[in-house]
Amino acid sequence: MQFFFEVLIGGLLSGVMYSFVALGFVMIYKASGVFNFAQGAMVFFAALTFVGFQEMGAPFWLALILAFGAMVLLGIATERIVLRPLVNQPHITLFMATIGLTFFVEGLAQGIWGSTVRGLDLGIQDEPIEWIMDKAGILVSSFDLFAAGVAAALVTLLALFFQYTRVGRALRAVADDHQAALSIGIPLQNIWRIVWAVAGFVALVAGLLWGARNGVQFALTFTALKALPVLILGGFTSVPGAIVGGLIIGSTEKLAEVYLGGYVGGGIDSWFPYVMALAFLLIRPEGLFGEKHIDRV
Amino acid sequence: MLYREAGQFKTSYAADQQIFPIRQDRIAIGLILVVAALVVPMVASEYWIKAILIPFLIFSLAALGLNILTGYAGQLSLGSAAFMAVGAFAAYNFMGRIEGMPVLLAFVGGGLSAAAVGILFGLPSLRIKGFYLAVATLAAQFFIVWALTKFGWFSMDSSSGVITAQEIQILGYRFDTPISLYLLVLTIVAVMALAAKNMVRSSVGRAWMAVRDMDVAAEVIGIRIMHTKLLAFAISSFYCGVAGALYAYAYLGTVEPEGFNLDLSFKILFMIIIGGVGSIMGSFLGAAFIVLLPIFLDVLIQDFLTGLLPPSISSNLQLMVFGGLIIFFLIVEPHGLARLWQIGKEKLRLWPFPH
Repeated sequence: MQFFFEVLIGGLLSGVMYSFVALGFVMIYKASGVFNFAQGAMVFFAALTFVGFQEMGAPFWLALILAFGAMVLLGIATERIVLRPLVNQPHITLFMATIGLTFFVEGLAQGIWGSTVRGLDLGIQDEPIEWIMDKAGILVSSFDLFAAGVAAALVTLLALFFQYTRVGRALRAVADDHQAALSIGIPLQNIWRIVWAVAGFVALVAGLLWGARNGVQFALTFTALKALPVLILGGFTSVPGAIVGGLIIGSTEKLAEVYLGGYVGGGIDSWFPYVMALAFLLIRPEGLFGEKHIDRV
Repeated sequence: MLYREAGQFKTSYAADQQIFPIRQDRIAIGLILVVAALVVPMVASEYWIKAILIPFLIFSLAALGLNILTGYAGQLSLGSAAFMAVGAFAAYNFMGRIEGMPVLLAFVGGGLSAAAVGILFGLPSLRIKGFYLAVATLAAQFFIVWALTKFGWFSMDSSSGVITAQEIQILGYRFDTPISLYLLVLTIVAVMALAAKNMVRSSVGRAWMAVRDMDVAAEVIGIRIMHTKLLAFAISSFYCGVAGALYAYAYLGTVEPEGFNLDLSFKILFMIIIGGVGSIMGSFLGAAFIVLLPIFLDVLIQDFLTGLLPPSISSNLQLMVFGGLIIFFLIVEPHGLARLWQIGKEKLRLWPFPH
């Protein structure tokens, strides 16, 4: 039973990491209806830029700000060069464009900063916390706990931003209805730029945490693939959905690997989240918190 | 001047309904086939046939399969490489386990196996739509590759799932030279492309397009949604499966499940997007573009920029150019190369007196 809880908590905490990437997806999908496949590449780009500036001697905060600046630039450039000419195109075209963007950003990141694997130290130990170890006998990594804390802070911050600021209200209006938002004078293109910048910020946070965990390397781009089942489970348009979906995927993935993986030769975590999300979709086709879609002829 | 349909009167329903109603089109298609079958084997070098023409034809077939599903029936799929893998491994098993199995029958068997798997993974499409479905097809992609790697039965217990294709022999003739393989692939692709072209002009194809444009409306006018969608999945997977079998037997010879990864699926998706979604012709144009582009970039970068850039940067530059070109194409012509071709044809009809 103790082992079960240990696996469960480990899974929940790694699910938090998936949620980070899924959050970036949700932000952009909500505001512009673009299914941004490049989110994984953005995570990679952000982490690599941060490490790159640190290697050039910048202190932590400066590197963070510079990396954020780079993400904002990337967001604005994307809006100007990719999205604006493609307004009113079908969703699949926009989706394909973001796949093209993925290649471009990956090439750009590695072209600028090189493709060697780098370490990233946030100054947080990845060790079990003794206090919990003594009390309950469960191993919980302090790093995972820190990541969960950051996630909570980030979601609170985003929720406040969306709820109480002028820009946040405009963002919600755009997410509800583009046409209506435009007609009351909300500048759509500014909003898109802001959304891409915010998604860039989320990507930066995700990149730092993933990078500190596994090293800053090309494999970071695959985090996007981990986030997809989270998205369909939680619904494309829901921020809480991304978090809850991440927790569900993370925990069941680990539990399945430990308890079922042995029977079929292991390695099932590559597809298990997808199959689970698929089974789940059969019951609720729009995800846990997604907007219910009504078809009209 | 040359491309006029004036004077070509249709006097019967048969003439009205034929595949290529314009005489010049018929001549052009005939010429292309003759050139592809007779002239190309005589003039093309071994490198061209082995490294460019054979993969081009095979990818065209796979793109055709995906185009049937995504372009005509409107079901976005990111798992086409997995269906190719099913085709390749099933053909391998048919050849290896059944004594004296004719190789063409094994290809058909590979295609049918892929179709069966396709129907299975197409079932969710009855309830799930759009991007949710795209992500669901990713389940097929990852699950199939994993299963082929993990279970030795599929690869007849070869190490880590790598299969080596048996030699191709039809009626005692051994297909072991590049030219003979090329002709074999060309024949299969031509026959299947013709079948696809006819399928999309028949009631089946019209049902697919109705479902693509609005499935609720299609249901209202009496199209059986389940039947139509699953048929699209089955036929699309059949095409991908045969393409996969050819990929293993006529192109690479030795394949592993990891070779059919997500990148390959994306590549095929790019082909139909760049070539033209919902166009048979577009599948070929897109495949040609995606097969030739990396080779072209390689040559370009090697010839002109070798001295200027270290190799690590040039490979990344290639990635950037590739991504940039895809975006560029989508912006300039979202309907793909097939649309450009159409526009060209319209222009040609008026040329040289556009007014």
